[in-house]
Amino acid sequence: MTSMRKLNRKFPVHILVFLFPAVLIYTVFMIYPMIDSLRLSLFSSDAKNVVHWVGLENYRELLTDPTLSNRLWGALKNNLIFFVIHMCVQNPVGLLLAYLLSLKIRGSVVYRTLIFTPTVLSVVIVGFAWKLILSPLWGISSHIPLLNLMNLGVENSALITLSLISVWQYVGIPMMLFLASIIRIPEEFLEAARVDGANAWTIFWKIQFPLLLPTAGIVGVLTFVGNFNAFDLVYSAQGALAGPSFSTDLLGTFFYRTFFGFQLQGGNPYLGSAVAGIMLLIILVGVLIYLFGFQRRIENVEL
Amino acid sequence: MKKSAAVFLLLAGGVALAGLAFGQGKTKISIESWRNDDLKIWQNEIIPAFNKKFPDIEVTFAPSAPAEYNSALDAKLQGGSAGDLITCRPFDKSLELYNKGNLASLNDLAGMGNFSNVAKSAWQTDDGKNTFCVPMASVIHGFIYNKAIFAELGLKEPKTEAEFFKILATIKKNGKYAPLVMGTKDQWESATVGFQNIGPNYWQGETGRLGLIAGKAKYNTGGFLRTFQALSKWTPYLEQGYQSVSYPDAQNLFSLGRGAIYPSGSWEISGFRANAKFELGAFKPPLPAGAKKCYISDHTDIATGLNANSKNKESAKKFLEWMTTPEFAEIYANALPGFFSLSKAKIKLKDPLAQEFVSWRDDCDSTIRSSYQILSRNEKLNNENDLWAASAGVLNGTLTPKAAADMVQKNLDGWYKPKK
Repeated sequence: MTSMRKLNRKFPVHILVFLFPAVLIYTVFMIYPMIDSLRLSLFSSDAKNVVHWVGLENYRELLTDPTLSNRLWGALKNNLIFFVIHMCVQNPVGLLLAYLLSLKIRGSVVYRTLIFTPTVLSVVIVGFAWKLILSPLWGISSHIPLLNLMNLGVENSALITLSLISVWQYVGIPMMLFLASIIRIPEEFLEAARVDGANAWTIFWKIQFPLLLPTAGIVGVLTFVGNFNAFDLVYSAQGALAGPSFSTDLLGTFFYRTFFGFQLQGGNPYLGSAVAGIMLLIILVGVLIYLFGFQRRIENVEL
Repeated sequence: MKKSAAVFLLLAGGVALAGLAFGQGKTKISIESWRNDDLKIWQNEIIPAFNKKFPDIEVTFAPSAPAEYNSALDAKLQGGSAGDLITCRPFDKSLELYNKGNLASLNDLAGMGNFSNVAKSAWQTDDGKNTFCVPMASVIHGFIYNKAIFAELGLKEPKTEAEFFKILATIKKNGKYAPLVMGTKDQWESATVGFQNIGPNYWQGETGRLGLIAGKAKYNTGGFLRTFQALSKWTPYLEQGYQSVSYPDAQNLFSLGRGAIYPSGSWEISGFRANAKFELGAFKPPLPAGAKKCYISDHTDIATGLNANSKNKESAKKFLEWMTTPEFAEIYANALPGFFSLSKAKIKLKDPLAQEFVSWRDDCDSTIRSSYQILSRNEKLNNENDLWAASAGVLNGTLTPKAAADMVQKNLDGWYKPKK
């Protein structure tokens, strides 16, 4: 600690130098566009294309005009379901796979690679491939009863099906993160427990899982941010209208239609930016809950 | 070899020089378009035919990619580098260009009398007083069918709704083929080749469509409601799993010969000509019980207008004038079967299926899709998108015809106030 204080006396110029490239790129491509889109959401244009300041009018319209708010709440509800399915399926399955891979079974490197591969595939390919697999005309789903229930054209099943496709694609990410943390746990801890007579079940829940909690938190936040920004899979599999009857409409597709327009519907960048503003707010609240409600409470054990 | 190459170079050079000398007395005009598929047709057929009559005008067809056309054109118009002639999208996009002063009024063009009012409606101001593009082509809705299957089952083209459903029942009973091939997954087919295809017979074409705009007709009463009801009767005859069948899937299913009737439009002709190995027939939307007069959806799709800031207005106008003639209509319609000239002139088409589609104009009155003019001019709720969702809902069985019609009308009432 004393050595740290000594370092602090002199201003660490080199840190600024190291930070500069990342800060620059982040500012130009992330922070500036975000702030500018927030600025845009406070304006509107009239029939003659004259842009003028309207304050929070766009937000008021989004939340009170039933033609818009119905879609907004619908998209928010679908997005929550989308998120819950990821939390309940993707992350536990990712943890299970990571645990199995950590047992060093034969061929685990091959499994690891195979399970991770879909993550790096283009969403367009994933959407297209699954559309073919689930096609009632030429897909294999018509021969497999369970897959047959997963129907992208039926309101009750379309959103769940899409969520599971997304889970299939991204399960590799929590798996890798959990695997990295499991490997990091020192062998002595487990040996000591075994000597004390603990079985694998007890070891996992009493020793490994508590040490994985920080990772679980990060996985949760990544899932949350990813899900509430999701757009591409729905767009590639269902189109921008997120059918049938908007049952797969997420905040991302709602934003797309509002901002860019669709078919005969003209786009409105100002109202669209307000949708983006609401998405930002939701994500911000979620991340803050994680930071103060979860991350600060768990102990980060130095291993 | 060397010698022949030298001769070739000399010749080529000579031709180029001659071209330069020849080109001096010429004016040059260029055409903006999104139809880059048609480049060859313009270069090899349309422009040479024009130059036979007007050798002094050099025409360049300069298309850009369809998806970029609107924005690229806006940028060029702003920068003053746009071509003299501009290919017009139907309705609001071109109206916007006209209102901004980018497109010139063509009221004084002599040949405009060759087009009906319906044909011109897509490129007019709302009051119909100013027309700003020369209508080029439309697509006609109807049903394409597999002649081999009809022959096998001893079926004839239906004329009435009752006959239509009888035929569907026969095909279904036979069990070998899907009676109707259409999916509802992409939603637009349900509205476009379902609702808007059969609808004009129920809402009396223009009477119903203009009635909606004037506020006299409603989607949830009369002909419009009956269209939703008729559409709902299609459900048992669609192929298995139709809720998840996309538009290209349906096209493939039909061209593989696994379905009998394909609700569609004339734009499909060249695709099926290339892929389907059986004979194709077409019939117009069957008449509902009690109806005498037939109506068809003859949807205006493409036109050409004059850049208001063109430097060669005189030459460009000559070209536009030529575009109103039967000669142009015949070349264009034959080069692109299924895209029909909007001219009143009688045109002979070489493709029999295209000829069948266009022949319906003789017996039936034309109208366009009900949602395209004025009623979709809204950013939040859009009549066209509502019709997609409503029609797909009716076919999927998730909405009753009445509920679907009520939803569409309620959403329209939410923002649209007819002019008194």
